[in-house]
Amino acid sequence: MSRVDVKKTYKLYIGGKFPRSESGRSYEVYAAPSGRARAGATPRFLANAAQGSRKDARDAVTAARAAQPGWASATAYNRGQVLYRVAEVMESRRPQLVQEVRDAEGLTAAAAEAVVSQAIDRWVWYAGWSDKYVQVLGGLNPVAGPYFNISASEPTGVVAVLAPQASSLLGLVSVIAPAIVSGNTVVVVTSADRPLPAITLAECLATSDVPGGVVNIISGRAGEIAPWLASHRDVNAIDLAGAAGAEGVDWAALEEASADNLKRVVRPAGTGAEAVEPDWTETPDLSRLTAFLETKTVWHPKGR
Amino acid sequence: MSTTTDTPVAAAVDATARARDLLGVSRLTNQALTTWLHGLPGVDQVGCEARAAALATRSIKTTSKQWAIDLAISMIDLTTLEGADTPGRVRGLAAKALLPDPSDHSTPRPAAVCVYGDMVATAKEALGASGVKVAAVATAFPSGRASMAVKLADTRDAVRAGADEIDMVIDRGAFLSGDYLTVFNQIAEVKKACGDARLKVIMETGELVTYDNVRRASWLSMLAGGDFIKTSTGKIQPAATLPVTLIMLEAVRDWRDLTGEMVGVKPAGGIKTSKDALRFLVTVNEVAGEDWLSNQWFRFGASSLLNDLLLQRQRMTTGAYSGASYIADDSPSTAY
Repeated sequence: MSRVDVKKTYKLYIGGKFPRSESGRSYEVYAAPSGRARAGATPRFLANAAQGSRKDARDAVTAARAAQPGWASATAYNRGQVLYRVAEVMESRRPQLVQEVRDAEGLTAAAAEAVVSQAIDRWVWYAGWSDKYVQVLGGLNPVAGPYFNISASEPTGVVAVLAPQASSLLGLVSVIAPAIVSGNTVVVVTSADRPLPAITLAECLATSDVPGGVVNIISGRAGEIAPWLASHRDVNAIDLAGAAGAEGVDWAALEEASADNLKRVVRPAGTGAEAVEPDWTETPDLSRLTAFLETKTVWHPKGR
Repeated sequence: MSTTTDTPVAAAVDATARARDLLGVSRLTNQALTTWLHGLPGVDQVGCEARAAALATRSIKTTSKQWAIDLAISMIDLTTLEGADTPGRVRGLAAKALLPDPSDHSTPRPAAVCVYGDMVATAKEALGASGVKVAAVATAFPSGRASMAVKLADTRDAVRAGADEIDMVIDRGAFLSGDYLTVFNQIAEVKKACGDARLKVIMETGELVTYDNVRRASWLSMLAGGDFIKTSTGKIQPAATLPVTLIMLEAVRDWRDLTGEMVGVKPAGGIKTSKDALRFLVTVNEVAGEDWLSNQWFRFGASSLLNDLLLQRQRMTTGAYSGASYIADDSPSTAY
């Protein structure tokens, strides 16, 4: 007797919990055609994903805002340890991540292994920066007076992230990790067609030590949710990486809406209106980390 | 909708004489009150909770929602009842009542600012002739455990300092031990001490144990001359639940049928979101009727509710979700 398939219907990740979308919607996720698949073949069903709505995004921002002061006030050393623990959990879920990346991106087993390795390494790389970037970016400023003048980086607050559409895990890690390592909290809209690695990352986060609300993950269509995040006045920055290749996203309009409350905007790669996804396999620099920082400068009188 | 008009003082009706007439007795005894209150129909607990839950599912959208949000804002008794209240905090709250949303001057003002008796003068000075009332909690709030002399002195003190409204607590100990006459007399005497100030009677429903008791306490409070019946002090959980408020709304509706007089209802404590507030307004409309949809007859005792209503209001006027940074901070002394 054959076993009945256990079809999965995933949920969102908001405030450390896994709620259904308030809209009650979900959508079907299919595997990308891999090398051997013939053109015109029926795509393979993977799972149902919750289709997040603007109200889910609103709830996620509320959760992110509530979690932000606590996350930012954790010591840099502690944040680094917490993030390193996430890499450990990802490592123990490696086979699942490899399979999901394979299905999502149509890669060979070896290529998917390499992508997952690089994604975990990237997470560790950013985790390591937690107690170092302030030294690198801040410092003692020269002034012509009997004062110390010190600049130090601080997190900007709540960051909305449109996750890359094509690179479902490496790209995702490359946009989340640099935002949260400095004490920001994030609301992530996943790749619309490739949400499963993001959902597994949410499960990794939920079973690690990252406080609920630091990372909130909403699966669904960026074209539907992004305008509400861009205009949201309680969001301090927005990363438009996922505008490239997303259906119904006009990233210039999102940047315009973001101007209303002076959000920091990270534009997608590419020139002009043409948004392209960067090559995530390249070794990153600190630009995604510094994009979500504010500089606090303090004057202090010098003693004799 | 944002201003309240003064209620005609019920010509100093002698509460005891009226109660005698209503009960049809020649002398108001505890026995007579007990017979009358226990003769009220019992509350169908399951039915009441089901009706409240059904009313809570109503969806209020677009222009109706805008209207309801403004109405709810105008019904708030903006409250601070902390041991750590300072004149600065009360002035901050008053400033917020005068200009709830500095970015939108069309925002209605709350009905009143609710403070402890010793802060009445400060609140009164800050609010001036703006029309925003000052409500004071009195009678050894929140426990009500003090001698009658102290309770009356507490009330007179607040009235003398300029309170427009007095929120008194009933003696729950007396009520629960069946000593209804004591509760009646205390309310009636405090009502006399109030003079022109409107009297809200806090029943502390969270301590009354049963819905039947909530109904009895509501009728007893109205019989003794309360202008408002109020659920809770906000210091006890559960505070203002929808079923309890529904029972109280039924009581004021039936009281008007019996006597022709209107009595107000004030749920207080635990109402934090716009969604909650709208559910209460739906219930008011469906149970008591449209006549109660004004801040003369319905109030919310709340502190954080106003902020959420303002966020919703901003969302509807600007089209973008708003955040706490766009709401005036009414408690500058505390960290946000």
